[in-house]
Amino acid sequence: MKLFGALLARELRLSLRHGGDTVAALLFFLLAGSLFPLAIGPAPETLGRLAPGIVWVCALLAALLPLDRLFGAELEDGSLDQLLLCGLPAPAIALAKASGHWLVTGLPLLVAAFPLAVMLRMPGTAMPALLTGLLPGTLVLSLLGSTGAAIVLGARRGGVLLPLLVLPLTAPVLIFGVGATDAASGGLSPRPHLLLLAALLVAALPLCPLAAGAALRHAAE
Amino acid sequence: MLSAVGLAAFRGERLVFSELGFAVPEGGALLLTGPNGAGKSTLLRVLAGLGRAEAGQVLWHGQDALDDLAAHAARIAYLGHLDAIKPGLTASENLRFRAAPGAVESALDAVGLASLADLPARMLSAGQKRRLALARLITRAAPIWLLDEPTLGVDAASVDRFAVMLATHRAAGGVVVAATHLPLPLPDAAELRLSGMQTAVAA
Repeated sequence: MKLFGALLARELRLSLRHGGDTVAALLFFLLAGSLFPLAIGPAPETLGRLAPGIVWVCALLAALLPLDRLFGAELEDGSLDQLLLCGLPAPAIALAKASGHWLVTGLPLLVAAFPLAVMLRMPGTAMPALLTGLLPGTLVLSLLGSTGAAIVLGARRGGVLLPLLVLPLTAPVLIFGVGATDAASGGLSPRPHLLLLAALLVAALPLCPLAAGAALRHAAE
Repeated sequence: MLSAVGLAAFRGERLVFSELGFAVPEGGALLLTGPNGAGKSTLLRVLAGLGRAEAGQVLWHGQDALDDLAAHAARIAYLGHLDAIKPGLTASENLRFRAAPGAVESALDAVGLASLADLPARMLSAGQKRRLALARLITRAAPIWLLDEPTLGVDAASVDRFAVMLATHRAAGGVVVAATHLPLPLPDAAELRLSGMQTAVAA
């Protein structure tokens, strides 16, 4: 547990030193979101109806941006060997990496989703459902994303392969996330959708680190 | 005692060694020599539990060492041919992860980098980065040192300092397995010559 904390602290310190990467994902999220009013026109009722989908898709794409370097940098400079020899089992290393990704990318996206949704004229009644849905949603994205990043590790053109692998897997997150917000703006309870998102998180929490850990071991061989 | 029995390993599609065996007693050292591609690095990775042995066993005090990889990792200090130095962190921050309390300063001192402790690692030269990677070996008490070309690019004064580190480690009962093309300060080390068997067969 102490080692896990030390690994997470190292992860956060590294992201702090390379702050540019972190800010890039956030700026991408805000910029991509603000392109939509330009593309489909600023009419409030159209924008407001599309807003949940826009926020979710942009968050999904922005979360993918830093994944390429998540393990890639560690493999290139030999740190991956040292991590695998740090005394933690490989799934725990993958979980620490996924947690680091969420704290540095997922959490800021969650916070930035609020101003973006306001800007897109999303109905205020749907706002709690959007933000509550993004909490398990971004966590699942970090888990799935880090698994994908571990699997394509060492592959040529891994950066291209990664979205192709991860995006289809994130479809359920997108469906239930947008479903929750739509239900709330239509006056229905978003609870079933949110519970399904939580169920996805509960399934991903043990499975993704296990798969990612196996992939890391394989990449080191 | 670190020993290996009947080890065989592939690198890619090629069998680089098979039926390989050795034993290094406490305080002992083993030098791996042989041409490029003979499997020296592959053997070191297998001993560290990073690579996969196709056959055979690695034994630590007579027990199967690779049975519990996390426990084996605690015994290992591995120095690969890459330095595993993060350019954005300072020299001491690079060593801090997994270091014993207070060990970072003395480790930097042992490789003569104490005055550069707070400098970002990207400012260090290639040889200084290698010395920083050498310092990582002594940030934590690990009985088995696996070294891949440890002194590559390191100046003579630093090789002398490294000799002290090696001697201290061996005097405390530590084991050293090192792959090298350069003379290493390892008195009375056994030598294991790898020939790269597949190329020999092909010739």
